[in-house]
Amino acid sequence: MRTPAHLADLAPGQSATIAAIEANPGLRNRLEALGLSRGQRVQMLRRAWLAGPLHVRVGMTELMLRRADAARVGLEAGLDPWPVAA
Amino acid sequence: MAGGGVSTIAVLGMPNTGKSTLFNQLTGSHAHIGNWPGLTVDLMQAEVDLQGTPAQLVDLPGIYDLRGHSDDEAVVRRFLESTRLDLVVVVLNASQLDRQLRLALQVRQLGLPAVLLLNMADEAKRFGVSIDSAALAEELAMPVVLLSAKYRRGLGEARHQMAKAISRGIGAQAAVAHLEACLAEGDDALQRQIVQLLESSVTLPPQWRDRLTRRLDGVLLHPLLGLPLFFLVMALMFQGIYAIGVPLQEALGTLLDSFGQGVIAPLIRGLPAFAQGFLLEGVYQGIGTVSAFLPVIFLFFLAMGVVEDSGYLSRAAYLMDAFMERLGLDGRSFVLSLMGFGCNVPAIMGTRVMRDRGLRLLSMLIIPFSLCSARLNVFLFMASVFFAPRVGGLVIFGLYVMSFAAAIVTALLFKGRFSSNEPLVLELPPYRFPTLRQMVGRAWLEVRHFWFWSRRFIILGVVAVWLLNNLPFGVEPASAQSFSGWIGRALMPVLGPLGINPKLAVALLFGFIAKEIVLGGLAVIYGQANPLALGHALALDVNWVQAVSFMLFTLLYTPCLSTVAVIRSESKSAKFTWFSVLWSLALAWLTSFVFYQLATVLGWGPLGVH
Repeated sequence: MRTPAHLADLAPGQSATIAAIEANPGLRNRLEALGLSRGQRVQMLRRAWLAGPLHVRVGMTELMLRRADAARVGLEAGLDPWPVAA
Repeated sequence: MAGGGVSTIAVLGMPNTGKSTLFNQLTGSHAHIGNWPGLTVDLMQAEVDLQGTPAQLVDLPGIYDLRGHSDDEAVVRRFLESTRLDLVVVVLNASQLDRQLRLALQVRQLGLPAVLLLNMADEAKRFGVSIDSAALAEELAMPVVLLSAKYRRGLGEARHQMAKAISRGIGAQAAVAHLEACLAEGDDALQRQIVQLLESSVTLPPQWRDRLTRRLDGVLLHPLLGLPLFFLVMALMFQGIYAIGVPLQEALGTLLDSFGQGVIAPLIRGLPAFAQGFLLEGVYQGIGTVSAFLPVIFLFFLAMGVVEDSGYLSRAAYLMDAFMERLGLDGRSFVLSLMGFGCNVPAIMGTRVMRDRGLRLLSMLIIPFSLCSARLNVFLFMASVFFAPRVGGLVIFGLYVMSFAAAIVTALLFKGRFSSNEPLVLELPPYRFPTLRQMVGRAWLEVRHFWFWSRRFIILGVVAVWLLNNLPFGVEPASAQSFSGWIGRALMPVLGPLGINPKLAVALLFGFIAKEIVLGGLAVIYGQANPLALGHALALDVNWVQAVSFMLFTLLYTPCLSTVAVIRSESKSAKFTWFSVLWSLALAWLTSFVFYQLATVLGWGPLGVH
């Protein structure tokens, strides 16, 4: 499965590596403090209906974030080499 | 503030690390609110004895990053720059060291003497995270203690290490100078240092082990089942709180009443009648009105604590966020509005979980429209007087719909004014079982806070209304000749077009203090203490259209003085408090006006104001 360009487009179960945070300093700071920083593996757990928030896991932390904010998280291109965790 | 041989210790940590629980365990709930020069927020502090060393512990706001951009982060920076500290206690979540070590490294970079406490060690072990605390302590050059504040494990060792660190020190260090420059200098190396520390002293599990959370989330966050389940849980919670809280409130009210009649009344018998009435019906009943609220508030915070600490509150925010985002709010505002259906006061205090000021103020603006239990009492009575049981139920349901509609309209109208610029990125913590001890302690603290804040305010209000009812000297209480009677008539140009007569107007004036007083007020005004007789007198004086107009006004205008007081204390803005009060009055007036005039045009109920 090909990796999309942004975290907002990752499919449930899919993992990817974070390439860049393209946000203003305030949001960037908050995302990084919660573990979403360059080089980290991130996994999409579920996506709420009606354009609702996303549920992701990064390291030992699970987060919910809005799609608009997740669109600021750029992902490394490439295939998903990691199997979906049960 | 330090001095006289007392050491000052700051407690610093990330949100969701159980820092407050730990602070309470270390201080044994002797904490009080302290003012610190140059800071805009109140900090909790406590004087403790650390194995013979007297120390003052200060609980700093939970922050993610000393270089962060939030208000709380700025507060912590200002505190560190302006206070001489003997020790910084850094509290981190043991299972999330992979991202939280950053804060410990930043404190070390500042050169502050520190002890690192790794809380929730029990959970880390369960998730397969193993930590070599000796290796970590050596690399960080600060003592490291693994503990669990919730289960009270490792607290003795923490105290011991804190006392040791202080005795090693050479008196209070100077406040940090050039804090931002100092942090910026160390920032580049930070990520590399974290990786290095993790490699040498922490073993992370190859796979996420928390299967309980995974399975529960599969059901509770289900796209279809999630919301209905959530509403079911909330409904059960409210049922529970009312099943226990309302009888307690009534029992406490009766108890306080008989204490007043049996003990206080005989004590002040020698005084003039006016002074007797003032002390008993004014001051004492004022205190009673506040006290009777306390059991329900306690239960609310107990339930809210369980919902929050179990991790379900963040899930509710996830479930409702799509809808709330369109109103300029977020999932948490929804949860708090639901809380408001019991009592607005704890719900408004609950907005503290929000960091963004615009979002917090908008939430505080909509919560007072939640139809609280005190208003429900009035509506149940009025509905039974003016409608057949089946129609009465519909009227009550309609009022609930109005309550939601008022909140939604308010949010839509003002979301531009109180726009929130903080993106919603929330941690979804693993599900946890809160301990009873911890929940009770926390609810108790909240009740103390409420009592501290609202007593002066409510007592003054109740005393003022009593005086209005009984002045000038010698008038029949609440009669047309009393000040409140004058006010009732004076309000007619404004309230007359809503179908509200002078008597109802005076009841609404009482209702400004608390909706609990509305029925009692009507009883005094109509001179009928018995509810059935009061109902008859009311039905003779007022038609059903006027009654519904009165109910709509009661639903929407300022819920009570406690709510105003708590909006004032939480928003720390007199201007916002006025805005909130005036907007709810305007909306109440407009809604009742439109309803009454429309009903009059359509010929519902006899015309005219009695």
